[in-house]
Amino acid sequence: MGDKEEVKLLGVWYSPYAIRPKIALRLKSVDYDYVEEDLFGSKSELLLKSNPVHKKVPVLLHNVKPIIESLNIVEYIDETWNSSGPSILPSDPHDRAIARFWSAFVDNKWFPALRAAAITKSEDAKAKGIEEVEGGLLRLDEAFVAISKGRSFFCGDVIGFMDICLGSFLVLLKAREKLKGEKLLDESKIPSLCKWADEFLSDDIVKNVVPEIDRVAKFLGELEAIAQSASRS
Amino acid sequence: MAERSEEVKLLGMWASPFSRRIEIALTIKGVSYEFSEQDITNKSALLLQLNPVHKMIPVLVHHVKPISESLVILEYIDDTWQNNPILPQDPYEKAMARFWAKFIDEQICVAAMNVVGKTGEEKDAAVEATRDLLKFLEKELVGKDFFGGKNLGFVDIAATLIAFWLMRTEEIVGVKVVPVEIFPEIHRWVKNLLANDVIKKCIPPEDEHLRYIKDRMVKLNIKPA
Repeated sequence: MGDKEEVKLLGVWYSPYAIRPKIALRLKSVDYDYVEEDLFGSKSELLLKSNPVHKKVPVLLHNVKPIIESLNIVEYIDETWNSSGPSILPSDPHDRAIARFWSAFVDNKWFPALRAAAITKSEDAKAKGIEEVEGGLLRLDEAFVAISKGRSFFCGDVIGFMDICLGSFLVLLKAREKLKGEKLLDESKIPSLCKWADEFLSDDIVKNVVPEIDRVAKFLGELEAIAQSASRS
Repeated sequence: MAERSEEVKLLGMWASPFSRRIEIALTIKGVSYEFSEQDITNKSALLLQLNPVHKMIPVLVHHVKPISESLVILEYIDDTWQNNPILPQDPYEKAMARFWAKFIDEQICVAAMNVVGKTGEEKDAAVEATRDLLKFLEKELVGKDFFGGKNLGFVDIAATLIAFWLMRTEEIVGVKVVPVEIFPEIHRWVKNLLANDVIKKCIPPEDEHLRYIKDRMVKLNIKPA
């Protein structure tokens, strides 16, 4: 008789990074306890103890051991529950390298450009930043066409690593569209990626895991208001 | 007779820590490769074609396909050649190794670069910030010969950036960021690295390396602190 696995995920409802392990756990049909952290209030003892270096979410606790950084967590889930559910990473080493390359692009280049454009007060910097974000989406659209070879998702007919990585930002993009009118998911410019985005967001697992666009838009609006009043005082 | 597509080519640069990482990994695995020295100040058409997104070295070409980003290449090498594993086998240990390697590249590397060319209070703050990050790695080495345990592993390969770039260039940059009094474990680890045959073979020769860095600093108009 095996011990019951204890799987706990620390996250916040609005974080794209926290969405990633949720999708992965559900793809593998792993039961888990979810703990909502309050990053604006005070971080829990468990979070501070589990991620002393960055003190950030998400953190996965598997039988008390903490795993940190969202893509690391996804790979860990894939390797640990490898006999359950679909493979999240492809099996071919070159395909895996491509998935890791583009996910590093998304996390290290593309999203930081979006975050910088969102925060900056300089109109010039904002315009430049958005240009970089749009350029990145064009590259991702090309990459999607090349890698997917006509299938619905990056590496096949089922959601995988690259889909989880980029897909976790889609609700945020749509929320920004609602709030700011900025149409980054432009069908005329990135038709294949937009089609992929629709497929991703209509997937049964994803639907139940991502926050509502309206809720995120409202939250972003509130954050903006706080930032603006802080800069005035 | 090996097929052409079996050939392994590495586009790199002799003084780059990221390029040397790949040479270390290929050497650990016993994989022969053709090295193509790139001029990063005047990028070749080949480099731009093989890495259009970042236009940077290193790029590994295997089965005619290019792979870029040093940590991605290291994982590819470990996935492709299974002898002498670089990453731990246990998923938890693997996750920790990936975390530390990223920490080195995204936090320590950036903080250390921030020290160069600064003076006075700014310099002191930059040094403190780098040391605060290095203290995490110092703790990781307690009771171990290498980050990978008994043998060189993924984190050691990534951390050669600290041993042979950050620490080697302290005198040139004019500030001792990693003194032995604060970081005895890291210093002990560097001694272990220097006794390792693969490392000895794969790191840039010290004199030539220091001359290169001095030249670069002059060209970029950076004065030692």
